[in-house]
Parts: sequence; C-alpha cells; structure tokens
Amino acid sequence: MERFITQDNLQRFAAGLAEKKNVLAPVASGGTTTFRRLRPGMQLDFSRMAVISPKDATFPRNETLLTVQHYPEESGKRMELQEHLPEGEMVVIGCRPCGTRGKLVFDPVYETQAIKDPYYIRRRDGATFITLACARPETTCFCHSVGSGPADEEGSDILLTAVEGGFVAKAVTEKGEQLLGDSLFEDAGAKAEEAAASNASARKLMGEAHDFSSAAEKLLKRFDDMDFWQTQSDKCISCGACTYMCPTCYCFNITDDEAGLVSRRLRTWDNCMSHTFTLEGSGHNPRSTKAHRLKNRMGHKFSYYPDLHGGQIACCGCGRCIKQCPAGVDIRQVVMAAQEYPDER
Amino acid sequence: MNANPYLPDMATVVEVIEETPNIKSFRLVLNDEEKMRSFSFKPGQVGQLSVFGAGESTFVINSSPTRMEYLQFSVMRVGEVTTRLHQLKAGDQVGVRAPLGKPFPVEDMQGKNILFIGGGIGMAPLRTLFTYMLDTRDDYQDITLLYGARSPVDLTYQAELPDWLAREDVKTVLCVDNEYPGWEHKVGLIPNILLEMNPSPEKTVAITCGPPIMIKFTLQALKKLNFADEQIITTLEKRMKCGVGICGRCNIGTQYVCLDGPVFTYAQLKELPSEL
Repeated sequence: MERFITQDNLQRFAAGLAEKKNVLAPVASGGTTTFRRLRPGMQLDFSRMAVISPKDATFPRNETLLTVQHYPEESGKRMELQEHLPEGEMVVIGCRPCGTRGKLVFDPVYETQAIKDPYYIRRRDGATFITLACARPETTCFCHSVGSGPADEEGSDILLTAVEGGFVAKAVTEKGEQLLGDSLFEDAGAKAEEAAASNASARKLMGEAHDFSSAAEKLLKRFDDMDFWQTQSDKCISCGACTYMCPTCYCFNITDDEAGLVSRRLRTWDNCMSHTFTLEGSGHNPRSTKAHRLKNRMGHKFSYYPDLHGGQIACCGCGRCIKQCPAGVDIRQVVMAAQEYPDER
Repeated sequence: MNANPYLPDMATVVEVIEETPNIKSFRLVLNDEEKMRSFSFKPGQVGQLSVFGAGESTFVINSSPTRMEYLQFSVMRVGEVTTRLHQLKAGDQVGVRAPLGKPFPVEDMQGKNILFIGGGIGMAPLRTLFTYMLDTRDDYQDITLLYGARSPVDLTYQAELPDWLAREDVKTVLCVDNEYPGWEHKVGLIPNILLEMNPSPEKTVAITCGPPIMIKFTLQALKKLNFADEQIITTLEKRMKCGVGICGRCNIGTQYVCLDGPVFTYAQLKELPSEL
C-alpha cells in the first residue's frame, strides 16, 4: 500500500504520535542532526543523516537490567532483586535504511533457541520504524556494498520517499499499513511513480559496489599477519568513535552502581577498540594492541558473524565510522586491503 | 538458568575456606530450596558470581555434581569484584548465574587413563572433574594428578591433599618451583616434572589448566610424550560479561569461550585463530 503525505502533515502526524507514544526523530541540534525524543514544538530535520543512528530505540546506550535493595540490618543481610524489563512502545521516524536495517544484525545473537535477551526483544517488538529513503548518497555511504541500498525496506514498517511537496509512504508491514490509515495520508496517485524513479536514481548515484565477497576468508588468512594489521591500525587512536556511532555494534559491558542501600546492574554500549575490553584479571590481554583490536573488529563484522549467520555481513554500510573517525580509518579500505593483500608473503 | 539470562539466583555463603594468601573457596547454597534440589551441572561448567554493587565475574564450579550439598567456587583476589568476594563471610548473600558453558566430555573419557596437570589456580576446574572421577572411580582406568604451584603456600585445596596423596586408586604428584624447608615432594616446573614422569599416551586423556605460560610449555611436553591433539583437553579463561554468547568479548574467531567452551581439545584450539 502506498500513500502520500505533505511535509506539514508528516510533521503533524509525528506530533500526534508523540502525544501517545515515545517518538524518536531527527532534529537539528547544535549545528548537527541528531535523534531526540520528539516533544511539542520540535521540527523534524530530514536534511541529512543523523550523526548517530536511532540504535537507542532497541539498544539504549545504558539501561538498568536489575536493581537490588539491601537490608543490612535484617537477618541474613537480606537483599531484594528486581528485574527492570522495558515497557511501552517506541516509534522511530526518519531513520535511514542503513540504520533501520542495522538493528537486524542483533536478532540472531540476542534471540537464539537457547538464549533470549528479554530487554532487547521487548524493545524490538515494541518499536515501529518509519524509514526515510536516501535521495543522495554521501561519499562515505556504502550500503549497496553490504547487500542493501538507499531505499531498502528491510526492517522498516513504513518506507518514506521524498517527492515534490511531501513523501510517498509505503507500508512494509501490517503495523505500517495500520498507521497509513490515518486521515493525514492521501491517495498517492502518480506520486508513487515519482517515488520509484527517485529511488532508482538514488541507487544509480551510489555507483559501483565494493566486492566484499572474499572478506570472510581473507580476513582469517590475514589473522597471523601482524605486519598487515599494524599498518592498517597505525592511524587509529583507540577512541572508539567507530563503535559508538555504529548501528550494528552490539557488544556491551555490564557493571554495578551503588548508591546507599540500592545497587543497580547496568548494561552499557562497549567499545572493542579499548584496551580494557578483553583485559583479564591476571593482567593478560589476548588483544593487547590496537592492531589486535582492529583485526577483531573487522573479523567480527566481515568474517566471524557472516560465518555464523548465513553470510550476512554485520555492517550496514552507513559510513558513520568513516565520517566520525578522527584519524581517518576507512573500514572499506581495510577490508579491501585485506582482500587484495597477496596470499604468499 | 532463569528465562531472563541476566537475572541471578540469590545464594547464601555457607562456608569460606582460606586456601592460599590470595585464594579463597566459597561454598554456596541457593536460597530457593527447590532450585538447589534440582540444580544440575556437569564438571567444567562455570557460573557468574555477583557481589551486588561491585559486579559479577566468572568462575568454574569446582565442586562435583556427585556432591550437591553446596556449590564451590575458588576465587583469586585480583580486582574489584574478587576483592569484594574475599570480604564475604558465612551467611552473606551473593548472586549466582549457573551453569554456563560446556562441560568436560566425561562420557568420552570413560574406560581411559586420565592424566590431570594443574598449575596454581588452574587446579580449580580440574578439582571438579577429579572429585567427580573419584566418586565414579570404576568408570576410569589409571588416574594421575600432577599439581604444581609456585611455592607450598600457593597450593590450593590443602585440606584435601593428604587424602589425594594417601589414596591408592590415584597417583598424586605435587611440585613447587623451588626448594622450601620441609617440602617433601617434587621441585621443578610442571612441564619438566611431567617429562620426568613420562606418562604413556596409550588410551590416555590429558586434562590441563593453569597460567598461559604453563599451558604453553605443558602442551609442548605432551607433544614430546606423543600425545595426539585430540587427547589433550584444556579449559580457557577469558574476560566475560554476559556469559551467554552475546556481549562479544570472549570470542576466538567464531567461537565464544562462554558458550562453545570453556572446555576445548587441543585439536579444536588449533583450528581456531591464534588469539589466546
């Protein structure tokens, strides 16, 4: 089902949703575009891709897993444990296809036959994604190299495509179809063809895709070639911007926080480029240098994860890690270099 | 394990044993009597211990499933969580998430000679299997234990050593790195003592755990003694958080030590990228 909505009405639609549910949307803030909880008076900013994807919607940067109330005076120093499972619905508006699709990388890890992460699953099931197709790629974009594209619907409930005067809204799921029943949406008419043409032109503008098809195998072959990894990681300053900006990075830390007689167990985004990520109690560290850590980051996304999960690359091609890296490390170049590197050395 | 894999079960410390100057063993009983009664694990599986407010760390369950009066964990004091664990006394509350990981392949070891080689705190994961085999002794042929530490005071499980040494159905060899007054057992590094003992690889499984440097030279010694890669089993240590294969730090290539391990044969380890 395809409908049309004017720019003003989309703003109204978003504001209406925000009265009933939590809505995350890109807004202009401090010279940049960033996802914020939509509040009355806030304007949607669709002018460029947000600095950070709305990963928070399904995987917040920090969350309380459980709290413990301590009763030190009682016999047995009693403690009371309480689970903090998330509740409520969330609607994400204006996420780009890369960021929407990025969350899919979590699914086979956070929900397996044996292990179900209730925090992630509840958030995912309670989230609706109204995605905005990209009209023009940025130089750092490479979604088309990882099996996606600027109008990819995967993971979305509705896909918006900008056309003259507003947006064509395509329902991808039943949840999306219900939303399009709102009276602010009009008959799409010929606008649907305009949207299709725009999406086709956006795909063309991206140019030729990188061929990452031998990455899984070649990254493993490169594993013991520390000269290669040294060279690739020379520029890296281990700041972790790449991991914190990444829509697909799902690694986390668990720590405790204590305040008086209440302690909280927290889960926070973690950064595999940090020295402490794998530092063991004994002082031993299996990934002791940034060369080891870059190798694992590349391996995880382009080799180990695809090996375990049907060939799917754990990268959505959004290019945020390239754009935000203060040292200019380019994930595309590292993978291509690993593939092109001579086998015999 | 609970449906929420991050939710620990509350347990009470019933006994604390001071093993060495920096290692204590904790005996725990789950507060929920029904859960304690039905708790089931196999030798080699691990658990996460919580001191609420300090955090959670991974330790092997080193008691045997044949002795279910309590669950025992041995903890070396090295950081924040282990320091807080060391302050616990009988009656104190902790959180437990267990069992996690894959156990030793005990069924495959039946009918074979068993050679244990433990170094320092690396004796903990061997203790569970060793005790289990003592309790099901008839299922195995010769059982040999080589256990070493830096010095006599660094040997854990002192209370059990006299029994292990006295038993006629196992051969126990103890060693320390240097001579100490009153030390009547072997002196030398574990791999060297192992070569001296010259065990036959015939129908034998070697199980080893200890510090990385000891493992490295013990593997070399076992190869010198003609043990095949499949006959050598070890159990790995990695920094872990979730314990259920999600948080992403204990992997070696595609394998997660918390989920696919911590027990691996040397043959399996050789297949993995070299990132120990």
